[in-house]
Amino acid sequence: MNFSVLTSEFWALALQGTALGLIYSLIALGYTMVYGVLRLINFANSEIFMVGTFSTMLIEIVVFKRAIDLPALSGGKLIFVLLLTLMGSMLVCALLAMLVELVAYRRLRARGTNRLASLISAIGTSIFLSESVRLLSGSRSHSAPRVLDKWSFGEVAGANFRIDTMMTIVAAIVIFIVLEIFVTKSHLGKAIRAVSMSEENSKLMGINLNRVITMTFAIGGLTTGAAAFFYTTTYENTVFNVGFNLGIAAFTSAVLGGIGNLRGAFYGGLSLGLLEQFASAILGSQWKSVTVFLVLVLVLLIKPSGIFGEAVQQTRT
Amino acid sequence: MMINLRDKGAKVWDGWNRPTRTVFTLVVIAIVALLPFAATWGPTSFLNTPITSFENVLVYPVGMFVLMALGLNIVVGKSGLLDLGYVAFFAIGAYTMGILSTLYGWNTWEAMPFGILFAMLAGVLLGLPALRLRGDYLAIITLGFGEIIRIVALNLTVTGGTNGIPGIPNPPSIFGIKFDLMNPAHYFWIVVIMILLVIWMIRRFTVRRPGRAWEAIRQDEDVASLMGVNTLVYKLWSFVIGAAIGGAAGVLFASKVMVIAPQMFNFNVSVLILACVVFGGIGNIWGVAAGAVILAYLPERIRFISDARQLIFGLVLILMMNLRPDGLLPRKKREKIKEKGAQ
Repeated sequence: MNFSVLTSEFWALALQGTALGLIYSLIALGYTMVYGVLRLINFANSEIFMVGTFSTMLIEIVVFKRAIDLPALSGGKLIFVLLLTLMGSMLVCALLAMLVELVAYRRLRARGTNRLASLISAIGTSIFLSESVRLLSGSRSHSAPRVLDKWSFGEVAGANFRIDTMMTIVAAIVIFIVLEIFVTKSHLGKAIRAVSMSEENSKLMGINLNRVITMTFAIGGLTTGAAAFFYTTTYENTVFNVGFNLGIAAFTSAVLGGIGNLRGAFYGGLSLGLLEQFASAILGSQWKSVTVFLVLVLVLLIKPSGIFGEAVQQTRT
Repeated sequence: MMINLRDKGAKVWDGWNRPTRTVFTLVVIAIVALLPFAATWGPTSFLNTPITSFENVLVYPVGMFVLMALGLNIVVGKSGLLDLGYVAFFAIGAYTMGILSTLYGWNTWEAMPFGILFAMLAGVLLGLPALRLRGDYLAIITLGFGEIIRIVALNLTVTGGTNGIPGIPNPPSIFGIKFDLMNPAHYFWIVVIMILLVIWMIRRFTVRRPGRAWEAIRQDEDVASLMGVNTLVYKLWSFVIGAAIGGAAGVLFASKVMVIAPQMFNFNVSVLILACVVFGGIGNIWGVAAGAVILAYLPERIRFISDARQLIFGLVLILMMNLRPDGLLPRKKREKIKEKGAQ
C-alpha cells in the first residue's frame, strides 16, 4: 500500500489513465455497437484490435519505408504519415469486422439459433485470427518503428503532457463527438438505433437489416482500428496476443458504462483507465486487474445496468 | 434436415427392456475402461497420439475435460447461466490439493472433500452477488472471477507465485492399485468412476425438483419466479454443484501432474470447456461428453501439424457452429417444446 502517490503523482497518473482509458473506450465501442444491435458479445473484437496494431506497424514499415532505426519524422510529412496510417488501420479493421460478421454471425443469425452458438463461433474466429497472426509473425513481440518523436508540451503539476498522450486524448474525444452526431443525425445512425430498439419493427419499416448490421460492425471496426493506431504509436510494440488483455479491459469498460450505450463506453473506458492507473500505483501493478474486477462486481451489484444507465433503449433480455 | 442422432438413440433406448439396457450400459462402460489399451492393440492403434502418450492424453485432457464439461453443463446447459470463469473452481481444487499435501502432508483422498468444499464455498461467494445479474453481466463477472483467482495464485507466497507448487504427491494406492507416473491408466479409471458418478447425479437431479426448476429458469426466469420457483436458490445450487465437480477435477489433476502453476488455469481453459459444452450439444449429457472427447483429443492427435493445430481448432469451431449450431447431439426435442403430457 502506497497512498503517498495520491499526492505526489496524482496528475501524472490522471493523465496517463485518461489516455489509456480512452484507448479502452474506442475498443469498447466495437463491443458496445454490436451489442446494441445484436445483443451479442463480439468476442472477435479483441483480435480485430490485434490485427489493427499489426497493420499500423506494417503500413509504417512497408508503405512508408520506416525502418526501426530511422529518426522520427517532423512537420507536414509527419502529419501526412500519421493520418494515412490511422486511416489505413481503421480501414483494415472495418473490413475485417465486416468479414467476421459475414463468416461468424450471419448464417447463425439467419437460422435464429441460440446465442451461445454465436458466441462459440466468435470465439472460434478469435482463435483463428490470433493463431494466424502467430503463425505468420511468431510468438515474439515486435517493435513498431518510431514515427512520432515523443516530445512534451511541458509539465504541469508533475503531469507530462507528451505529444502522443495528447494526440490520443484529443483524437478520441473528436471520434466520440463525430460518432455521437452520426448516430443521432444521419440516416444510417437512425437505422442503427431503430434496429437496436426492435429488430422486427425496423424490418417492417423497410430497414435493410443485413446492411445495418454490417455497417454497425464496420463502425465498431473503425473505432477499434483507431484505438489500435493510438496504442501502437504510444507503446511502439505489439504481439499476437495483445488483444486479450485489452479486449477484456475494453469489454469491462463497456459493461461498466452500460453496454449498448455510446456515452457509457466513453465514461466506462475513462473510469477503468483511471482506476487501473491509480490501483497499480497504490497496490502494485500485479493487483491492478483484481481491483478493476472487484470494482466492477461492486458497481454491478449496486447498479446492474452500469454506472451510466441502460442502453439507448430499455430492454429485457 | 440434419439427422438428430440424439432422438434416434433415445428411441432405440426406450424400446429396450431393463436387462438389455443393463447389458448395454455395462458393455459401454467396459469398452471405455479398456480404452487405455487401444493404442497398443493393432486395429485401434491409429488412435495413438504422437507426442504425449495415449494413456496420459486419456486422463488429461480427455477425461478431465469430460468431467469439467459435465460440471459446466449443469450451469450453462441446465439452468442457462453463462459462466466464462469455470477454470476458477478447477484451480481452487488443484491449489487446495497442492497446499494441503505439501504443507500438511494430506493425501489425495483426504484433500478431495476439502477441495470440493472450497470450490463450493467459492461458488456461493461468487454466486450470491453475481446470480442476481442478467446473462451477459454474469458472463463478465465470472470471467473476472476466473482471472482474479489466477492472479491471486500468481501473487501469493503460499501458492508459490509464478513457479506454482511443485512436489504434490500422487494418490496413495487403493486395493493394491498403484498411482504413479508409470500407470496413467489407473488415473483414467478413477476419472471414469468420477464421470459415472457425476452422470448418475445429474440424471437424478434432472428428473427431480431441481431439474424441473432449472428447466423452468432456463426457459423463462420471470415466469419461473412467478410460478413460485425460488430462482436465486436454484441458480445458486446449479452453480455450486458445477463448482464442486470442477473442484474435484482440480484435486485429481493436481495429484496427477504433481506440479501446478498459475498459467495452467488461464482463461483459455474456461473457453475450451465452454466450447466442449456448446460443440457437443448444450444441455445433453451425452452430447457434452462426446464434444469434450473430440475437442480434447483432436488437438493432441493432430500434433503432426503441431503449429497449426490451434488454428484448425478455431476453424472447426466456426464450421461446426455454422453447420450444426445446436451441437453434435442436441438436447431432446421435448425439452425444447414440452409435449410429454401428450403421451
